[in-house]
Amino acid sequence: MAIISYMDAARAALAEEMRRDPLVWAVGEDLGRGGVFGQYRGLQEEFGPERISDAPISEAAILGASVGAAMMGTRPVVEMRFSDFALCAVDELVNQAAKARFMFGGQTRVPMVVREPIGMWRSSAAQHSQSLESWYAHIPGLVVACPATPADNKGMLKSAIRADDPVVYMEHKNLWPMEGEVPDGEHLVPFGVARVAQPGKDLTLVSWSAQLHVCLRAAETLAGLGIDVEVIDLRTLWPWDQETVLGSAARTGRLMVAHEAVQVGGFGAEIAAVAAERLRIPVRRLGAPRAPIGYAPPVEDAVRVTETMTVAAVRDMLGR
Amino acid sequence: MPPDARLRNIDVAHLRDRHRLMWRIRALEQAALRGLEAKVVLGAIHPSIGQEAVAAGVVGSLRRDDILLSTHRGHGHTLAKGASSEAMLRELFGRVGGNCGGKGGSMHIADFEVGMLGANGVVGANIVIAAGAAHAIKLKREDKVVCCIFGDGAINRGPFLEGLNWAAVFGLPVLFVCEDNGFAATTRTASVTAGAGPAARARAIGLPAEEVDGNDVLAVETTARAMIDAIRQGGGPRFLHARTYRLTGHTGVDTAPYRPAEEVAARRLEEPILRAAELLRAAGVSEVEIAADRLAAENEMAAAYDAAITAAYPGADEAYRDVQDIGSPAEGAF
Repeated sequence: MAIISYMDAARAALAEEMRRDPLVWAVGEDLGRGGVFGQYRGLQEEFGPERISDAPISEAAILGASVGAAMMGTRPVVEMRFSDFALCAVDELVNQAAKARFMFGGQTRVPMVVREPIGMWRSSAAQHSQSLESWYAHIPGLVVACPATPADNKGMLKSAIRADDPVVYMEHKNLWPMEGEVPDGEHLVPFGVARVAQPGKDLTLVSWSAQLHVCLRAAETLAGLGIDVEVIDLRTLWPWDQETVLGSAARTGRLMVAHEAVQVGGFGAEIAAVAAERLRIPVRRLGAPRAPIGYAPPVEDAVRVTETMTVAAVRDMLGR
Repeated sequence: MPPDARLRNIDVAHLRDRHRLMWRIRALEQAALRGLEAKVVLGAIHPSIGQEAVAAGVVGSLRRDDILLSTHRGHGHTLAKGASSEAMLRELFGRVGGNCGGKGGSMHIADFEVGMLGANGVVGANIVIAAGAAHAIKLKREDKVVCCIFGDGAINRGPFLEGLNWAAVFGLPVLFVCEDNGFAATTRTASVTAGAGPAARARAIGLPAEEVDGNDVLAVETTARAMIDAIRQGGGPRFLHARTYRLTGHTGVDTAPYRPAEEVAARRLEEPILRAAELLRAAGVSEVEIAADRLAAENEMAAAYDAAITAAYPGADEAYRDVQDIGSPAEGAF
C-alpha cells in the first residue's frame, strides 16, 4: 500500500493502461502541459504528443472524434476539463456514443472514457461547479462512475479504460489533493459494486464522490450522539449496486441519500424511490436547492449540503 | 458527323457501370417509396432521387476498406459502398436480416463489413465522427481514407467548423463532401446561409477545396478520385462541394409545395441519370442496352423488396440487446 493523491492515482491508472495497451490514447485541451489540474502531468513526456494529444477548444470535436476513433478500434480517454463544458458535446455523447452500438444492431462498440470533473471548487461559480451525474445515469448505453477515494480513482479509471462501453467518469475537483492508501500492483475496481465505507445499524446513508466525505464526518458526529449510521459509497450511478444498498436499508430500516447535485431530479430520488417501492421503508433525500452555484462564498455556501445539515436530517429522520 | 467533344477520354464501359450503379440507387429508393406507400417502411425516409451522381462518383471511387459516414439521406451512399440492397430494404422495413437487425431503420443504416460507419439522424454530427475515424487510421498507420458526406444544411452547424479544423490541424485522411441539393430540410439553404459557400468556408480553414457539377457523374468521379489519391498519399484532408438538386421533397411524404413546379421540371432535364444516358447514347450505346440497365436495377430491387417483406420483425428481446455490457438492461432494466 502506498499513500498517494486522488490525482496521482488517476495519473498512474492512465499511464499503466497506456503501457499495457497501445490503442489507449488521451485527448483534450492542454493535456501536454499536464491538463488543467495537473492530472496528465508527465504523460506526454512518456507517451508522446500523438497519444497524449492536445486538442483545440472544440468539445464537440473532442468527443465526436473520439466516437469515430473508438468505432475504429482505438480506446480514447476524453478529457472534458469541466463537466459543465461537456454540455457542448451532449449530442456526441448522448445521441452518438451512447446509441451507436444499439442502433447499428451490435455492429460496433464505443469503448471510450469521458472524464468530466464535477463539483464545487473555491468560487468557480455557475459554469464550473455543477454536478450533473444524474443526467447521464438517465441515458441508456452509458456507464456513470463517481470515484470518492484515491484507491477508487485508480481502480475505477483502469476498469473504465478496459470497458467496451462509453463511461462517463466524474472526478471531483475538490478531491484532487486528497491522499489515501492505494493497493500496490494491478488494482481494478468493478462497476456496480458499492463499498460500505462505515458499517452501522440505525440508518443507511448513501452517497458518492466528495459528498461521501461529508457524510463520513456527519456519521462521526452522530456516533458521538449514540447514532450508528451505515455509510455506503455508491461508486457508480449506473449500474448502481441495488443489492448492497437495499440489503443495508432492509437491515437498518431507513434510507437517506445525500448528494452535492441539485435535489430535484437528482439520482437520490431514484435510489429513494426504489427503496420505498421494494422495502416500504422511510426514505429521504438530501441535495442542493434548485439554484445556480454562486461566486461569493456566502452565496456558494448557501447551496452546499453540509455536515450540519446531514446530522440534522439523520436526527430528524430517527426522531433522536 | 463531327466527333462529340464530350466523348473525348471517356471510358464507355466505365460510364456504363456508373449508369448501372445510379439506376440501382434510384430503383432502391423507388422501392423504398413504394414501401412507404404500402406502409411497410415504418419511419421517415429521405430520398436522394436526383442526387445519385454524388454517391456513384464519390463513394464508387473508394476502396472497400475505406470508411464512409453518411447522413439521413444516405441510401445511395450506403448502396454505393457495397451494402446489400435486400439487407437495406429489410432495415427500412424493420426486419430481421436488416443491416442493423431492424433496430436502426433508414436514418441509422450502417454496414461495418463494407466500411459504412453509419448514416446519422443529426445533421452535421457525422463530420466530427469522421474526423475521429480518420484520427484512428492515422494513429494505427493505416492507408485507408475516410469519406464524410453531408448536406448543405450541415455547414451551418458547429461540428462543421470543429470537424474540418480538427482534420486540418491533425492532417487526417478524410474527404469531406458537401452534397448540396439546395435545401436545408424544406428551407432554401441560400436564404439562411451567409458568405461565399461551403468551399470558401473550407478554404478559410485551410482545406484544399473544389466545386463540381454534382449531376455530372464523371466530373464528380474525376475530382473525387484525384482528391482521394492525394489524401491517401498523406496530403491531409480535402473538401468537395458537389451541386445537385433534390427532385423529391425532404422526406418521402413531403410534396415540396414550397418550390414552383416549373423549377422542378427544369431540373428534371438536368438530372444525372438522364445526362449519363445521353452520353452513352452519343458514344453509340444502344437504347436497348441503356434500358437494360434500368430494367436490371428495377428487377434487383423488386426481388429484394419481395424477399425483405417476407422477413420477420425482430423479437422484443432485441430491445435490451446491444445497449451496453456493464449495467445492461438485460440484467434488469429498471
